[in-house]
Order: sequence, then structure tokens, then C-alpha cells
Amino acid sequence: MEHLELFFKSIFIDNMVFATFLGMCSYLAVSKKVTTAVGLGAAVIFVLAVTVPLNWLLDQYILQPGALSWLGAEYAEYDLSFLSFILFIATIATMVQLVEIIVEKFSPSLYNSLGIFLPLIAVNCAILGGSLFMQSREIATLGLATTYGIGSGIGWFLAILAIAAIREKIRYSNIPAPLRGLGITFIVTGLMAIGFMSFGGMLTGGDEEEKDAPKTEAVIEVKEEVKAKEMNNKELANNTKEIIE
Amino acid sequence: MGLLSKKDAALITDPFADNNPITIQVLGICSALAITAELKASIVMAVSVLFVLGIGNVVISLMRNIIPSKIRIIVQLIVVATLVIIVDLVLKAFQYELSKTLGAFIGLIITNCIIMGRFEAFALANGPWKSFLDGIGNAVGYGVILIIVGFFRELLGSGTLLGFKVLGDPIEKTGLYSIGYENNGFMLLAPMALIVVGIIIWIQRSRNEALIEDN
Repeated sequence: MEHLELFFKSIFIDNMVFATFLGMCSYLAVSKKVTTAVGLGAAVIFVLAVTVPLNWLLDQYILQPGALSWLGAEYAEYDLSFLSFILFIATIATMVQLVEIIVEKFSPSLYNSLGIFLPLIAVNCAILGGSLFMQSREIATLGLATTYGIGSGIGWFLAILAIAAIREKIRYSNIPAPLRGLGITFIVTGLMAIGFMSFGGMLTGGDEEEKDAPKTEAVIEVKEEVKAKEMNNKELANNTKEIIE
Repeated sequence: MGLLSKKDAALITDPFADNNPITIQVLGICSALAITAELKASIVMAVSVLFVLGIGNVVISLMRNIIPSKIRIIVQLIVVATLVIIVDLVLKAFQYELSKTLGAFIGLIITNCIIMGRFEAFALANGPWKSFLDGIGNAVGYGVILIIVGFFRELLGSGTLLGFKVLGDPIEKTGLYSIGYENNGFMLLAPMALIVVGIIIWIQRSRNEALIEDN
């Protein structure tokens, strides 16, 4: 239950793009076509799912005040938390490099589709943001950290997929010239973010005891809604392709 | 400017308008949006980026001939991370409350695309003095947008500037509030930052037609 709650919370309520504006640079730069957006989104899910639990371990056993006590009593007073930025980013950069090598070795086809995006990901704020928020929200267990990483990744994926579909479609509408391209993308993203704010009530409200039963229903409903949305997006994309052809 | 040659001066002034990092180069959006609900946070963020980008550009430029190109991203990240830790510790020491509000976003300066972007595009190919000017110019261009967005969001959202009640008191109905003005609480919410930046881009591009994209 805890996992499910965190999972949906990190996808919808604390959506990386719409609630905290992380990973906006690549979100804006790589969202011109649905296919490339899907590639980058998949890579982000993958890297977040790996780096967040890794950094959780680092945080628990090296960085937190008193975390070094497993080395012996005399280390118990060390507080290395000021090093977290440098350790987190080093983990992320190394992991991205490692993932790149492994994927290239074992799945050349996946490598070709993700290829150019993997190195980009090291400097995607969403990845470092995932680890930093994991730290500041004090996520309790390794399993929850993994759930959080995967959930945030999926949230980012959904966001970039949606905006890419919209941008493919928006080319055929008559926008004021100065607003074309970047301007309208900003405003559309703003409107989508307002839409996503309505998910805010999803996991709050109700008493502790009563909360569980209705919540699952709500979650399922939302799931279906999103599926429907995705279907719509896909249809939109297909329509667009047909029009182009 | 007597001190600077024309070319050097352009390094500082270009990012200010026609090559602005946020509205034209599309770099460093994340932090620009998340922390601009108050003017003070925007200013602190702008100054932090100014410090990190100015010094970081010089450091990378000095090391540009000895960094192996394969691991340059990791080297750059380590340099930025070190500078950001300095900023973070200074903020925690002198502006503790503010550093709590900015929270993770100070750490996210590390992955602020402006910094990596300028390292890659400029500092790796130019000398330290030019890189320093380029860093300062881009950081100022970034800061200007941040401060404009912060100014409007704080003014329209809570009727204050840097915490001073410039429009009068909303509870006692003085100043503008006496004639029925209300704060627009919506401006304080995150999505409005996107729309404000969108409007800035709109205005800038209508003034300079050359910047218009062809979709």
C-alpha cells in the first residue's frame, strides 16, 4: 500500500515536470517528435530506477550524520552530508556511462534507439533532482526509494510524451508568429501543469482508517483516465502522421 | 567601455538580449521556474549562478588543454559540484531561512543546463578572460529573466516586493486594496511561471522579428 501510494504520488502529484519543473531543458529540446520523446523518456525511467536506490544507499551508509557508525564507534560522529552533491552527481555520471557500455554490449538495438540520449541524461536535472528529493523527503527504505525512482521516471515520460504529441499537432494551427515554437510550448506546458494540479487531492482527504478503500478506486480511475489520455495522444500522433503522408 | 574591446563587450551584452540563455538558447529553465514566486529567492538564485558560472568558466578554461575529451562531462560536473557546495554552505551560514526555501534547487544548479552549456560551447575553446566575461554575461542574462519573473509573480501574487507591502495592506484595506483590488493568488502557483516566461518570449520576439521560429 505504501509503495502504491508513493508510486502514484510521484507520477501525478509530484510530477517531475509539472510540479517541480525538473528536466525542463531536455523536455523542451527533445519534444519535437513523439518517437524521440519516447526514446528519451524510456532512458530517463531506466536511469532514475538505477540511480535513486544507489544514492539512497550512499546517503544511508556514508553521508547522513552518524551514518558511518558501521565502520566503528569512533566514526559515529562524522557528518558528511555536505558532500552529497558531489557524490550524487559522480554516481549519476558514472552510472550513465556504465549503463551506456552495458546496453551497447547486450542490446545493440536498444542502444541504437537510446544512443544519443544516454550521455544527455547525466546533465538532466530530473535525475539529480530525483536523488536530491529522495534525500530531502527522507524516504525510509531501499524498496521505497526504488519505487520513487521508477514513479518519477514514469511521470517524466508521460509529460514528455504528451507535449510531443501536442507539438506535432500544433504545427497545423495558426499561432501568432512571435509565439511560435518555444513561446507556445511554454504556455501549453503551463496549462498542462494547471491540469495536473487537480491530481493534488487524490491522496489527501478522508480519515486514516477510511482512506484505504476509496483511494484504490480513485487510483484505478485515474489510471484508466491516463490510459485513455495516452490512447488519445497516440491517435493524435497517428492522425498527424497520416496527414503528413 | 574603455577597459574592454568591442568583441569582449559583446560577450557580456549579447546574452542580455538577443542571445538570452533562457528565452533564446532554452537553457536553465528548471530553476528559473521553480523558485521565482518571491523576488528575494530569484535574486539569490541569480547571484549564486553568477558566482558558479563566472568561476566555473575560468576553471574549465584553464584546464581545457589537459581534460581528456572522453571524461570531460564528469570533470565539469565535479568542478560545478564543488562550487555549488561552497554556495550552499555560504547560504546555510548567512541566509538559513532562505536556504530552506530554495532547498534542493541550490543543488540543482549543478545540472543547470546553462552551466554545462557554456562550458561545452565556450570555456572549452576560449581563454580564461573571455570565458569569464562570457560566464558573467550569460549569468546576468539568466538573472534578468529570473528577476523579471520574480518581480511580477510576487507583485501580482502577494502584493509585496522583497517582503514590503508596496500595494497597501490587504487586510486593513489600505492603498490599492481600498478601491477593491485583490491579490491574484494564482500567480504564486508554479504553472504561472511558465506562462509568464511564455509571455516574456512573446514580447521579446515581437520586438525582434529575426528571432521568430518557423515552427
